[in-house]
Amino acid sequence: MLEYIAKRLILMIPLLVGITLVSFVVIHLAPGKPTDLATMMNPKASLEAKQRLEELYGLDKPLHVQYWNWLKRLAKLDFGRSFSPDRELVLTKIGGRLPITILINVLSMALIFLVAIPIGVYSATHQNSLFDRGTTVFVFVGFATPTFWLALLLMILFGVHLGWLPISGLKSLNYDQLSPLKQFGDRIAHLILPVLLSAFGGLAGMSRYMRSNMLEVVRQDYITTARAKGLSERTVIYKHALRNALMPVITILGLSVPSLIGGSVIFESIFAIPGMGQLFYASVMSRDYPTVMGGLVIGAVLTLGGNLLADIGYALADPRIREARR
Amino acid sequence: MNRPGLYADFWRRLRRNRLALAGGLVVVSLFVVSFLAPWLAPYDPAYIDVSSVLEGPSKAHPFGTDPLGRDVLSRMIWGSRISLKVGFVAVGLATMIGIFFGAVAGYYGDWVDALIMRFVDLMLCFPAFFLILAVIAILEPSIWNIMIVIGVTGWMGVARLVRAEFLTLKNREFVLAARALGASDRRIIFAHILPNALAPVLVAATLGVAGAILTESALSFLGIGVQPPTPSWGNILTEGKDNISLAWWLSLYPGLAILVTVLGYNLLGEGIRDSLDPRLRV
Amino acid sequence: MISIRRSTALILFLLLIFFSACEEKTESPAVPAPAAPTDVAVPAYGDAIVDGSIGDASTMLPALASDSASRDIIGLVFNGLVKYDKDLSLVGDLAESWDISPNGLTITFHLRRGVKWHDGRPFTAQDVMFTYELMIDPKTPTAYAEDFKQVEKAEVVDDHTFRVTYPRPFAPALASWGFSIMPAHLLKGQEVTTTPLSRQPVGTGPYIFKEWQTGQQIVLEANPEYFEGRPYISRYVYRIIPDLATMFLELKSGGIDRMGLTPIQYQRQTNDPEFEKNFKKYRYLSFAYTYLGFNLLDPKFKDRLVRQAIAFAIDKEEIIEGVLLGLGRPANGPYKPGHWAYNEKVKPYPYDPAKAKQLLAEAGWRDIDQDGVLDKEGQPFQFTIITNQGNKQREMTALIIQQRLEQIGIRVKVRTIEWAAFLKEFIEKKNFEACILGWTIPMDPDLFDVWHSSKTRPGELNFVSYKNEEVDRLIDQGRYTFDQAERKQAYDRLQEILHEDVPYVFLYVPDALPVVAARFHGIEPAPAGINYNFIKWYVPQHLQKYKLTP
Repeated sequence: MLEYIAKRLILMIPLLVGITLVSFVVIHLAPGKPTDLATMMNPKASLEAKQRLEELYGLDKPLHVQYWNWLKRLAKLDFGRSFSPDRELVLTKIGGRLPITILINVLSMALIFLVAIPIGVYSATHQNSLFDRGTTVFVFVGFATPTFWLALLLMILFGVHLGWLPISGLKSLNYDQLSPLKQFGDRIAHLILPVLLSAFGGLAGMSRYMRSNMLEVVRQDYITTARAKGLSERTVIYKHALRNALMPVITILGLSVPSLIGGSVIFESIFAIPGMGQLFYASVMSRDYPTVMGGLVIGAVLTLGGNLLADIGYALADPRIREARR
Repeated sequence: MNRPGLYADFWRRLRRNRLALAGGLVVVSLFVVSFLAPWLAPYDPAYIDVSSVLEGPSKAHPFGTDPLGRDVLSRMIWGSRISLKVGFVAVGLATMIGIFFGAVAGYYGDWVDALIMRFVDLMLCFPAFFLILAVIAILEPSIWNIMIVIGVTGWMGVARLVRAEFLTLKNREFVLAARALGASDRRIIFAHILPNALAPVLVAATLGVAGAILTESALSFLGIGVQPPTPSWGNILTEGKDNISLAWWLSLYPGLAILVTVLGYNLLGEGIRDSLDPRLRV
Repeated sequence: MISIRRSTALILFLLLIFFSACEEKTESPAVPAPAAPTDVAVPAYGDAIVDGSIGDASTMLPALASDSASRDIIGLVFNGLVKYDKDLSLVGDLAESWDISPNGLTITFHLRRGVKWHDGRPFTAQDVMFTYELMIDPKTPTAYAEDFKQVEKAEVVDDHTFRVTYPRPFAPALASWGFSIMPAHLLKGQEVTTTPLSRQPVGTGPYIFKEWQTGQQIVLEANPEYFEGRPYISRYVYRIIPDLATMFLELKSGGIDRMGLTPIQYQRQTNDPEFEKNFKKYRYLSFAYTYLGFNLLDPKFKDRLVRQAIAFAIDKEEIIEGVLLGLGRPANGPYKPGHWAYNEKVKPYPYDPAKAKQLLAEAGWRDIDQDGVLDKEGQPFQFTIITNQGNKQREMTALIIQQRLEQIGIRVKVRTIEWAAFLKEFIEKKNFEACILGWTIPMDPDLFDVWHSSKTRPGELNFVSYKNEEVDRLIDQGRYTFDQAERKQAYDRLQEILHEDVPYVFLYVPDALPVVAARFHGIEPAPAGINYNFIKWYVPQHLQKYKLTP
């Protein structure tokens, strides 16, 4: 097992370099440089000013030199400085956005697990019942509804008409003047709509997967055996079937790791949440190469790491694979 | 080979699944409306009339008008063509690429498999969105480029499914028999194994169409969807966003259309999956 | 079972917190408490104003900021030597007064005394000198050096007198000193691109920077020692809300106090009594115009008759009706109606499709094959109008023009392109046929950068490649004299020529449509808009919404 992990980890490095190379090429294929945006259409900007800016960012050097310089710095874990006018460090920029994105994603995922698993189990054990069909439609509606549409409707209902929930942002204006308890409550109030909406969209995938796993497990021989032994249906389902159906679901956790840092730019835009989605989108649009590359590298590391965890999870969880290794 | 039996069984089970039938009805209606668009639409969808900006539903305009006074019903009807095209071209492309890579990886195994799977990993590391943005920036955001990009970034799931099927199927007797008879690799892959491996692909395809329609509406929201004046449900919905409390018709109708269509495809896809899976025989 | 009780307790606990957080909301209603009997509103200090913005600022260093969000904040934190008053005349800001030498080559600024930087240090002419040197320094990647580079000599006469000399009288010079003055004692010796002042500015202005939470909000506090008097509103909050629909909802629920409305919101969504009770809408001509520009290097547009024909074929009123819901004026030239340089005698092109067809026929375009599209030498008349993606108004304008031109036999395609690609691949490389874009209208009427024939290199602003010797002469004439009458003469003639030559079809000047919460008093609309006297806005004591701890 250990040597398998070691082999995968070592393989990750060339893969990572490959990903960065491809990303670098793709982002540079898009026409336009960050310096163009700052200086064009500006009556007061001169060509000389633009050239000065280009030199400052190192954009006047040939592409492979730029890439090599970036890679060298990356090896030292130096992600460089963003091309935006305040020239913030890329790590600071990403670090400022990452926590809130991760928080919302984790909360949303937790909610999905909490709701989707019971739905999946119950649907499977009561296949084709009203519950099964009703929840099927419900979760697919969640998947099918354009997020921004539903978000605005809920904002109008809960924010404007009823006044129960804040409309956008992460905290109220008078946050600093609230007691710690109220501050906590304020944060939660601001997160309710985003997390709910985010979870609603993801319910479909998880609950359907759980359902089909459960359906498959319930038809296995050992379940029939358990029933034949006279065990109560409850024990059969929750003690035996569920455990086995749940295992592949747990390995999905590993595959979900990269999506933890991903944000939807539409979602964040509607809720005025300063997250990774907006950062990424704005960086691509303004050709802020260092930030784009930084985000992609972190994402790639997490994806590869997540895949590895998922594979290890499969191996550990499934005794058949574990035994085979011996 | 017991193909006739398999199909009859499949149809029987599908017909019993009411939700899937409802989904199928939606899909068929979509086809009908798109084909008949030129005859169904009461107005030219691009006709601007500044004197009837943002009018509510009326006899003249059953679905109201948009900010340029264009008839929303006509735009919705023509917009169904975009939804259809996006679904089919994008997903068709993704499916074909996925089948190719999955089949090759599953059939040949070994280093070919490892290489292709690493390539899949590479592609998965790219947020599809980033690629779409980059491509839109390079090329004009025409409907074709968008579809190609969605297709080129979405084949990985299909590849994995097909590969899994091939891994199981390639050691079956009928394959060994075909090989013994001297059939070429290509013939074995495409004529023998593939038809049996298509079941999960069909499911993935119907689900993929749903996803593609949603992606189109997301791109329209960001302003990088189809070019004006082409109507799409996504861009009508986006036009309605800023005036959601005033022009509710601009949000309700395309929103419902997207919802019902995506729901339909999903239910149909799920129904097909349930009907094909031998393990789920009730 | 114990576990159920625990989870119930947890849920109850969360609900408790949630509802206590909600309590805070109901204490600050969107509708102010019934007003005190006196109708006269008395200026009072206090309260806060929350402004909504779609974009975040990118830097707070005046030299480096080019986007409007950054400039909004910089405008409150810094001052220039001069500024514009309500009637758009130049008045002193950090400069109390100035003298221009008789030969027009030297300006001597007499700076205000007793002005302090936000960190307490005194403002002197050294700061002005430093700002000038920073701007012309080749290592400073600023886009705004041009005007400063015209200076031949700059000198600090004493702590409160600063003198600049130009090689020729340069009319835009005075206005160029409206640029924000930066603190020498904090920036000297610093690397301008990495200085912390980019994110924590120190200026002389009416508001002091307090904090910047990236992507969320920027908070400023009133400067008690501001030289024009402490602003009444104690706190300024700049909230970043990227989506216009969300911003409007925040406005209606009291989350923000001010925003710019779209024409539809202004005309159709803000007319109910509830809204009118809580908000005041304003409307004034903005400082920008939208135009259809022709690539004059394209053979189709080389003939003036063709351009004039298109001008006749476009119905500007229709565009204003459809795109702006009537909230704007047709544009006839590069100046705003009401500006001293605006030539009222230039008659706009009326909507006359028959005349358009006639002119096109004269230019050789006829529908020979009767397919509805004009042809000439076997080629149909078709072209693409490009504009940048993300600007709904420009897109709608393009579509209306497309429909009108179809009617006289010109086939038009519309294409929206992502901004960076648009600039790089299409405008800079002059790879377009026609485009819809806009310019902000500068206060000073000098138009050198946009209309002079020397500014047609790739990346420069005369990207339509307009070359007219008389116009060049007139531009120079207008630039190099301080005599307003002389300048007006030159600019009047300039507008006549532009009108005949039609390098652009000038389309419209939209109205600015700000809306402000009703509790703010002291707002007086003027030609300059409503923002010029921001420091004099106040909220009467009994209407104040945000009670701030000092």
